[in-house]
Amino acid sequence: MSPAFLIIAIVTLFAAAAAMSLRNLVHCALSLVVALAGLAALYLQLDAQFVGFAQILVYVGAVAILIVFAVLLTRSDATPNQAILAPGWIAGIAVSAGVFATLGWAALNSPGLPKQMPPAPEATVKNIGDLLMTRYVLPLEVIGLLLTAALIGAVIIAMKEETPKSGGSRRESAPSEKLERTDPALRDCYEAKKGGGV
Amino acid sequence: MFEALDQIFVTLKHQAVVFFPDAWQPLVSALISIAFIPLVFATLFAFVTVFERKGIGRIQNRYGPNRVGIPLTKIRLCGFGQFIPDGIKSLTKEDIVPRAADQAVHFLAPVVLLIPVLLAYAVLPMGRNMTAVDLDAGVLFFFAVGGAVELSVFMAGWSSHNKYSLLGAMRAIAQMISYEIPLILSAVTVIMIVGSLKTVDIVAAQNHYSFGLAHWFVFTPWGLAGFILFFIASLAESNRSPFDLPEAESEIVAGYYTEYSGFKFALFFLGEYLGMFAINGLGITLFLGGWTAPFSFLTWVPSYLWFFAKLMALVFTFIWIRATLPRLRMDQLMNFAWKFMLPLSLVNIVAAGVWHFLGAGWLRWVVCSALIFGSYAILGWGLMRNQKLGKRIYRFAD
Amino acid sequence: MTPLQGCLLVSALLFAIGLAGAVTRRNAILALVGIELMLNAANLNFIAFWRYGPNPEALSGMMVVIFSIAIAAAEAAVGLALIIAIYRHYKTANLDEMKNLKG
Repeated sequence: MSPAFLIIAIVTLFAAAAAMSLRNLVHCALSLVVALAGLAALYLQLDAQFVGFAQILVYVGAVAILIVFAVLLTRSDATPNQAILAPGWIAGIAVSAGVFATLGWAALNSPGLPKQMPPAPEATVKNIGDLLMTRYVLPLEVIGLLLTAALIGAVIIAMKEETPKSGGSRRESAPSEKLERTDPALRDCYEAKKGGGV
Repeated sequence: MFEALDQIFVTLKHQAVVFFPDAWQPLVSALISIAFIPLVFATLFAFVTVFERKGIGRIQNRYGPNRVGIPLTKIRLCGFGQFIPDGIKSLTKEDIVPRAADQAVHFLAPVVLLIPVLLAYAVLPMGRNMTAVDLDAGVLFFFAVGGAVELSVFMAGWSSHNKYSLLGAMRAIAQMISYEIPLILSAVTVIMIVGSLKTVDIVAAQNHYSFGLAHWFVFTPWGLAGFILFFIASLAESNRSPFDLPEAESEIVAGYYTEYSGFKFALFFLGEYLGMFAINGLGITLFLGGWTAPFSFLTWVPSYLWFFAKLMALVFTFIWIRATLPRLRMDQLMNFAWKFMLPLSLVNIVAAGVWHFLGAGWLRWVVCSALIFGSYAILGWGLMRNQKLGKRIYRFAD
Repeated sequence: MTPLQGCLLVSALLFAIGLAGAVTRRNAILALVGIELMLNAANLNFIAFWRYGPNPEALSGMMVVIFSIAIAAAEAAVGLALIIAIYRHYKTANLDEMKNLKG
């Protein structure tokens, strides 16, 4: 394994571990960005250019910013002073250690794994485009529908609801407004309207 | 003779590279290409800051900086030496970091801004055979690293622990994300017609001449609409007027870089201008023919001179627009992006497809122009109809 | 250890880290971050097998990863919208306090 691969892999793993163990959520989100960028570098090492750039465009440019916005909107950006780990975290760590042990054992001892690297495939954008339009056109259309549904669904779920309570509070007016509305000299200057408007 | 002049930088680089042993040659070649970029564009940045101040001054009927020459000598440059004292000032100013600020993130934000912006120059063809890296997915790479800039804006705004900074950062990110879509969609029309994401191929597709006029994409109806959309979106992506609400001095102090002083502020400034040059460079590559000459009798002028001339023309247009138009409010900005530019860029894609499939002739000119202009008229009429311009209506906070 | 096994080990470790984070952290957003890490680990696995496998010309591994990235983006959007909606109701993003099924 080349030294470049080792360095990128170590940086990615450290960033991922930091993303899951830091106290401050914004620091976690930023380490996640480093981990995702490291993964994009790994894809570039494996001659998957298009996927590497798409990973940066989608994950670093969009998903990471989404996570950061969610952290700010749920007021979790201050460093928490209570415990950050859920009760029963030991079982969680044990289970993930078991998962890693199983996967690692399978990776190292599997007899059918190819040993040599075949020559680099021609993964040009043109070939990807050809495949997307011929063999994978159905998944392409389905992904379009899925993304539209996800977009509309996310907007509707996160939208603020109109509760009936807010309509009643609008009928009382502030004292300053009462003065301005009864002053005949000011009546022609403007027309005060409640609630509606732009 | 002119071909030699055109390729002079390439031959100089080859001659420098052969001095090194064989194993090191690719590395040295790459290093020379890479070193060229910050040297040239940082010098251009220095020139453009003064040019901007003088330009805005003259448009506003006053002088800009007009006294500073080269210090300690008697060389008078009519103010173009202003960047030297500006640089010295930013290097020697005290670097104040607020005590409640997040130190690590505050330190890293300018760095995270500069690195993707400098990376983006790697795929721009600045002359014939003068692209630093000819990536197979060049335009995708450019947009991918452009998206990383938003992260740096957030880091700057959040780490300063300041309400104005955070507000400015959120506004800036919302603006950048909203305008990224018309930007990418208008670039997609060019990619569709050329059939390749390589910037070198895109310039080569514009390199033929008919009746003496080049086949730049801006001379087609979808290309003109695409270029205008790309230009407006690139104004918004670089946070320039009239889209500079995130950094408006009269509204929220300096927005997300309120708490930055000294060299870090200079790095932000540098990053912003370099980003402006990069996105203009991409606009030139996609729509204005890259390094090709507009008329066939002018092809003897070296290609890099054409690229930088077009770049300076676009930068001058940016400066002109900044000095002329008032700032857009946040909701006006967002309405413009989502309700006007996004539908128009989608119509532009359809028009480009129709252009390709109708084949050569006068019919496709008429159909595409009608499609684009018609949808522009309908959208404009529809959106302006909802605006009631009448007596002012006050909404009180109840 | 061949390079392919190195890639697979990195991907397995990334998956385990994502799983550990998703299961042990209290904040709902970090659970989503863990899920994103797991998805990325699976993508890395696909790309590694595509590159070292018998027929990389068919680009099938790459295609799966392209679709997987798109789906992960959609899932992150909807998941975070859900967390924001739940926050509006419970006033906290702490998973341990979201115990009631009825609002």
